[in-house]
Amino acid sequence: MPRLVSHPDEVKIISRRFGQGAEKIDRYIELGGYESVKKCLAQTPDWIINEMKASNLRGRGGAGFSTGMKWSFVPKQSAKPKYVLVNGDESEPGTCKDHLIFLHDPHSVIEGTIIAGLAIGAKLGFIYLRGEYRYLLRIVEKAVADAYERGFLGKGIFGTQADFDIITQTGAGAYEVGEESALMESLEGKRGIPRIKPPFPAVVGLYGGPTIINNAETIATVPHIFAMGAEAYSAVGTPRNGGTRLFCLSGHVERPGVYELPMGYNLKKMIYEVGGGIRGGRKLKAVVPGGSSTPVLLPEEIENLGMDFDQVGKAGSMLGSGGVVVIDDQTCIVEFALRTISFYQHESCGWCIPCREGTDWLKKSLKRFHAGFGTASDIDNIRYLAENMLGRTFCPLGDAAAMPTAAFVKKFRKEFEDHLDGKPCPYAKEGVPQLTVV
Amino acid sequence: MSPKNMKEEPLTIFSPQLSARFDALVQKYPVKRSALIPMLLYAQDEVGYLSDAVVADVARRIGITELDVRSVASYYSMLRFKPAGKYNIQVCTNICCMLRGGYELFDRFREELGVEHKGITPDGLFSLEEVECIGACSWAPAIQVNYDFHDELDPDRVPGILDSYRSQAKAEGEAHA
Amino acid sequence: MADVTFTVDGKKLTAPAGTLLIEACRKAGIEIPSFCYYPGLSLQAACRMCLVRMAKVPKLQTACTTAVAEGQEFITNSPEIEQARKAMTELLLGNHPLDCPVCDAGGECELQDMTFKYGAGETFYAEAKNHREEQQWSPAVFYDRPRCILCYRCIRVCGEGMDVWALGIENRGSRSVIAPNQGNRLDCEQCGMCIDICPVGALTSGTYRYKTRPWEMHHVTTVCTHCADGCKVTLGLRQVDGAAEIIRSDNRDKSGMNNDFLCAKGRFGFDFAGSEQRLSMPLVRNAAGKLEPATWEDALRVAATRLTEIRGARGGSAIGVIGSNRTTNEENYLLQKFARTVLNTNNIDHERTTDYAAFARALAGQKGKTAGLRDVAFAPAVLLIGGNPTDEHPLLAWALRTDARLSKARLYVANASPIKLERQAKATLRVAAGGYKDLPAQLEKGESDFAKAVLAEESLVVVFGEEFRGADVANLVAWGLKRGNVTFAYLGDHSNSRGAADMGLLPDLLPGYVPLGQPAGFSEYEGLPTAPGKDLRQMLDAAGKGELGALLVMGANPVAKRGLDPAALKNTFVVALDIFLTETAEFADVVFPAASLYEKSGTVTNAFGDVQLVRKGADRAGVKSDFEILVRLAGEMGANIKALVPFGKTAVMGDLGQSRGVQSGEADRHAVWLAANGLEPRLSPFDPFAAFDEIVRLVPGYDLDRLNLLSGNDVRAEIGAAPGSALSTTDAIAPAHDGLFTSGTLGRYSKALKDIQEHQERELLESAAD
Repeated sequence: MPRLVSHPDEVKIISRRFGQGAEKIDRYIELGGYESVKKCLAQTPDWIINEMKASNLRGRGGAGFSTGMKWSFVPKQSAKPKYVLVNGDESEPGTCKDHLIFLHDPHSVIEGTIIAGLAIGAKLGFIYLRGEYRYLLRIVEKAVADAYERGFLGKGIFGTQADFDIITQTGAGAYEVGEESALMESLEGKRGIPRIKPPFPAVVGLYGGPTIINNAETIATVPHIFAMGAEAYSAVGTPRNGGTRLFCLSGHVERPGVYELPMGYNLKKMIYEVGGGIRGGRKLKAVVPGGSSTPVLLPEEIENLGMDFDQVGKAGSMLGSGGVVVIDDQTCIVEFALRTISFYQHESCGWCIPCREGTDWLKKSLKRFHAGFGTASDIDNIRYLAENMLGRTFCPLGDAAAMPTAAFVKKFRKEFEDHLDGKPCPYAKEGVPQLTVV
Repeated sequence: MSPKNMKEEPLTIFSPQLSARFDALVQKYPVKRSALIPMLLYAQDEVGYLSDAVVADVARRIGITELDVRSVASYYSMLRFKPAGKYNIQVCTNICCMLRGGYELFDRFREELGVEHKGITPDGLFSLEEVECIGACSWAPAIQVNYDFHDELDPDRVPGILDSYRSQAKAEGEAHA
Repeated sequence: MADVTFTVDGKKLTAPAGTLLIEACRKAGIEIPSFCYYPGLSLQAACRMCLVRMAKVPKLQTACTTAVAEGQEFITNSPEIEQARKAMTELLLGNHPLDCPVCDAGGECELQDMTFKYGAGETFYAEAKNHREEQQWSPAVFYDRPRCILCYRCIRVCGEGMDVWALGIENRGSRSVIAPNQGNRLDCEQCGMCIDICPVGALTSGTYRYKTRPWEMHHVTTVCTHCADGCKVTLGLRQVDGAAEIIRSDNRDKSGMNNDFLCAKGRFGFDFAGSEQRLSMPLVRNAAGKLEPATWEDALRVAATRLTEIRGARGGSAIGVIGSNRTTNEENYLLQKFARTVLNTNNIDHERTTDYAAFARALAGQKGKTAGLRDVAFAPAVLLIGGNPTDEHPLLAWALRTDARLSKARLYVANASPIKLERQAKATLRVAAGGYKDLPAQLEKGESDFAKAVLAEESLVVVFGEEFRGADVANLVAWGLKRGNVTFAYLGDHSNSRGAADMGLLPDLLPGYVPLGQPAGFSEYEGLPTAPGKDLRQMLDAAGKGELGALLVMGANPVAKRGLDPAALKNTFVVALDIFLTETAEFADVVFPAASLYEKSGTVTNAFGDVQLVRKGADRAGVKSDFEILVRLAGEMGANIKALVPFGKTAVMGDLGQSRGVQSGEADRHAVWLAANGLEPRLSPFDPFAAFDEIVRLVPGYDLDRLNLLSGNDVRAEIGAAPGSALSTTDAIAPAHDGLFTSGTLGRYSKALKDIQEHQERELLESAAD
C-alpha cells in the first residue's frame, strides 16, 4: 500500500479524504461527497461550465488547457451521443497521483464524471485505468456499483429526470494511450494510435460522438470546486492557475511522496522543506519538474521558481503531470538520459517516422555513448537528432522524447564529454557502465 | 458447403465463469469491439498467455479477424503470446525507481531466480521482467508480481518476497490436493 | 464545393474548398513529397515528409491532411522545410538497409528518389541496424521486414481498395512490422497490389524478385490477355538470346481504366509466354501419323494444298473455322474474311461465353445505351445481376468497390448466391435459382424494398452476364429501355470475347452483327457465301460424322473445352494455330506456332465495348502472329491478298473516292489523316492496322476515335445491330467461369498461377481444419 505523507504547507483539497476510508460510499457521503453533483443537477449546463471557467482549473494531464474552455467546445446539439472520458492511464514516469485518487477517493472521480456529463449533455462516461492498476480497477468498479445501487448512476439519478451511466475500462500497457485520441482508439478496441486532428474530440470523439477527455485528477477536482465555490478554489493558486495540485515528489529526496500544494508553490522549497532535502545530505544536481518528458532544470534555475504552468514554461520546461524527479550529484546524467529515451523508444507507437526512428536511434546512440564508445561528434548528433524530431511528429510523444534529450545534452555537455575517449562512466559503481535497459 | 461456413455451436476454451463474463462484456459497450482489450487481459489471466486458441475465441466473440486481434494485442506490452511464470515479477527500472535502486533490485531478482529479462524459472513458478514505469514513482523502487504492488523495496527484501509467493503456491497446491 | 484562393510560396492558387493541400499543390506543379499519402486511400499523416509551414500556426503542418480554405498562406520551400525533409530521410535511412544494389526496387525506389532529391548525402549513423529475416507469404508475395518504412499503403490498398483486409500491423514502435493474416502466410486474392504500391523494396513479387535491374528492362504498355475487363498492363522486357522476354507485368501506367488496379492474373500470369512448352516451329503430321517439326514453307504448303483440295472437291461448306477469344480484333476480322472469301464458308464460330448477338439484337436501333467500364466506375447507381465479379471480373469488382467507397455510389446486387460485393451493396436481393429471367418483371412491380430502391434511382447502369441469354436479354434490355436513363453492360469471359463476336466469328452474322442477307458494306467481299453456316457444336457434330473435310482452329481448344473424343476428328483435316500444343492441336494435321497477345499489335475490345490498343512487347523466336499466318496461308492458297488486306500505297491511292458513293473521299481522307498524324500507309500485308482501317470503315459500331485509340486511350465501340432472326439458338454458349487464378487453357501454362492456386487451396484446407 503506497505510503501517505503530509506536510504543513499542504492545502488538502483533492487529497482531503485520502486515508479516511472514503472508498466506501457511506464514508464518502459522510465527508460531504455527492453534494456537488446535487448542486449541479439544479443548475444549467452553462452555469456549470462558467463556474469551471471561473475556477481557472487547468488540465492536470500535462498540457494545462483550461478545463472549462474544453467543456465549452462541445456542441450543444449533436446527432450522435456525447461522452465523458476520464483518462486514468497514468503512465508518465514520475507520476503516481491518480494512483492515490483511485485508491482513496474513487467516488470523487465518479462524481466529477457525472458533473462533466451534466455540463456537456452526455449520458455515458468512461473511466479508463491503465492495465497495471488492476487492484485499483476493482476499487473503482466497486465504487461504481455502489453508486448505481444508491441511484446515483443509472436512470433518473438522485431522483431527477437525468440519466447517467459509467463504464470502467482497463488498458493493457501502453504509455501512448495517455494521448487523448489514442485513448479513444484504445477504448474502441484498437491499437493506441492517435487520430488525425482536426476534428478534435470535442466535436468528433469516441464512437464519432462529441467527447471530453479529462485527466483523472482534473475530474476528481471538479466536485471540490463546486463544494468550495469556483472563486475560492481559484484564489488558492496563482493567477490563471487555479487551485492545488498533487505533486509527486520522487528520486533523491529524503521524504518522497505525493503532496498537495497550491499552484505556484516554490520548487526549491518543495524539494528542501516538503521533501526534506536531498537524501544523505548530498547536493542537488538537477530536477525534472513535471514528469520524464519535461526538460531538466538546473539548481540555479529553480531558485525562485513557482510551480505553475506559466512560470515553469517561462523557465524553459513544463509543469506537465506533476511528477517532480529530484536528481543528486552522484547520478550520471548520460545514464539518466539513456533511461529516459529507452522508455520513449519502448513506448513509441511507431506510427510516424521521426518518433519511431528517432527514439530508436537516440537510444542506440546513448547506449553506445554511455558504454564508453562515443565520439565527440556523437554529442552533436544526439542533439541534432532530438532537435529534428521536435515539432514534427504525429503526436506529442515525439516531443516528449526529444525535449528532455535535447535539454540533457545542452545543459550537461561537460558530463557527456567526460564519457569520451573510452573513459568509463565517471559515476559507475564498480567502474563498469551499466548497460541494462529494457 | 465448405467447412468454413458450417454452422455449429460455438465452442469456447474459457471457463464457464469467464465465458459468462465475456458474454456480458460484449454487450456492455456501445460498440462490441470496445470489449477487446479487457477480454484479452482477462483471457490471459486465465490461460496464462494469448494462445492461438485464445486469439481465435476472442476474435469470434467480437466478430473481427484473428489478424485484427493480433494486431491490437501485440501493441500492448502487458499482453503476451508466450507463457510466463505463475508469478510474473515485473521490476520497474524507469527513472524514479532507477534513482532509488531499481537496477540493484532487478539484479538481485536475477541472481535469486537465475533467470534474465523475460526468463522463466525451470519450475515455471516465476518469470522475471524489467518493465517501464508502473505508477509508483514516489514509493520507489517498486515491483509488481502479477497485479500486486510491492513498493519502497531494497534488494534484501527480495528473498522474503519470493518465499511468500512460494508458500502461497504451495498452499494452493495443497488446497487442490 | 466553392473555390477558394490561398497562397503557396507567394503564388496564388485556387482550388475547391476542402481540397487537400498536397493535391492542390501537385496540380499546380508544386511538388510535396510523401510516402504515406496515396490518392484514394485513407489519410495517415505518418511519414511527415509533406510538412509545410502554415501562417499563424506554431507547428509545421502535414499537407496531406490540411484542407485548403480561403486566405491561407503556406510555405513549402524554405530552409526550414528543406531541413525537415532532409531529417526525415535521414531518420528513415537509420534503420533502412542500404542493400540497394541487390534490391528489386533499386532504381525505382521512392526512398532512393527522396534521398536523392531532399536528403541525406552524408551518413552519421554509427549504430547497428535492426535486422529481421525476410518472409515469404505466398508464391506471389515476399516481405523483407527491415526494408519496410511503414507507410501502411499495403494495408490500406488491401483493406480499403481490395476489401480483403489480409494485412495488418503487429508490435509497436521500431519493432512494428506488417503482418499477413495467417501468421506468416497470406490467405488472400493474391492480387499483388501490396507489392505494386510499396514505395520501397519491402514487398517483392515472387515472379520478379532478383531477376533483373529495373534499368535493364524496357517497358511496353499493352492490354492484359486474361479476363474480359481489359486492364492496361506494363510489360517489363529484357533482351535474352535475341528475343524480348517478359520479366514483369505491372500497372505502372496509370492511364488505363484499371488505374491502380491489377489482379493476380494480370500481374503474375504472364509467364505462360516464356513457357518451355511454347510451340516454336510448325508441326506437320507425317506418314506415320506423328507430328514432326517442319519448315514454315512446308507447313504452309501442306495446309494450303489440303484446304484448297477440300474446298475444290467438297466446297467451302465442308470446311469449318473456329476462332479465338484472345486474338486481336484484326485477326478475328481477318479470320472471318478469310473463311468467307477464301475458304468460301460461313461455318465459322468461336467458343461463345455469352450471348452478344442477343445483346446486339436487343439494342437494335439504339445508340449510347451500353456502358463502358469507366461509365460503370463513375456511375451513381449500379444494378449488378448475377455473376461474381470479384472472381471473374476483378477490375469490375474493383471499380464497383471504389465507386461505392469514394463516390458513395449505390450498388444493388441481385444474385442467386451470396457474393463478396454485397458488402458494398446498398441493397441485395436473393434470386431463386433460375429466377433471373423474372427479375425485370419483379423490379417493375416495385413491391420489394430492393425494387423500390432500384426504381427510385434517376439513372442506372445494369451489369449482367451469361445468366441472361436470348429472349431473357431482350426482356431485361426492354425493361431498361422503357425506364429510360438506363445503360447496360453485358459480361463475357476472355480478353477479346466481345471482339470475337463483334468481328463476326459467327455463322450467320458478319462483323458488327450485320446479317448475311443484307451485307451492306460487306457486299464488297468477293464471293461471300450467303447461306448461314454451322455453329461450333454443329461443326464438331459434322466432323464426328465425317461430314467436315477440314477444320481450321485459331487459338481455341474445343477438344478440351467440349470434352471431345479426339477420334471424332480423325476424318477431318485439322489446321491449328496456337501457342501451345493443346489437346486440340495435338490432333491437328498441321500446327502453326502463334504469337501470344503480348507478342503482337492490334486492338482488343473488352466486355464493355472499350477498345484498346495492343502493343507488341515480347518477342519469341519461331512464332508468327495469327494475322501473318492467315495472310501467308491465304497467299499460299493463291488468294488475292490485296482484297483480303488493304495494304500498300495502291490501297490508299487506288481509290480516290469516286467509286463508292457515300464512301467517296474516304480513302483520301484516310491518307490525309495518316499524313497529319505522321503515320505511314500500310506497306505490309502483315500490318494488322491495314485490317483495322477496314474495320473502322465497315464494321457498324466501330467508327472509333482513332487518334485517341492510337495515343493509347481506351475508346468506345457501340454494339452493332443484329436482326431479330440472328442466332436464336443459345445452347452453344459455354461460359468459362474462370476464377482469380485460372484462365482457360492459357492459365494452365502459367506456373505462377498454378503455384498461387495450390497455395490458396492449401490455405483453404488449413483454415477448414482449424
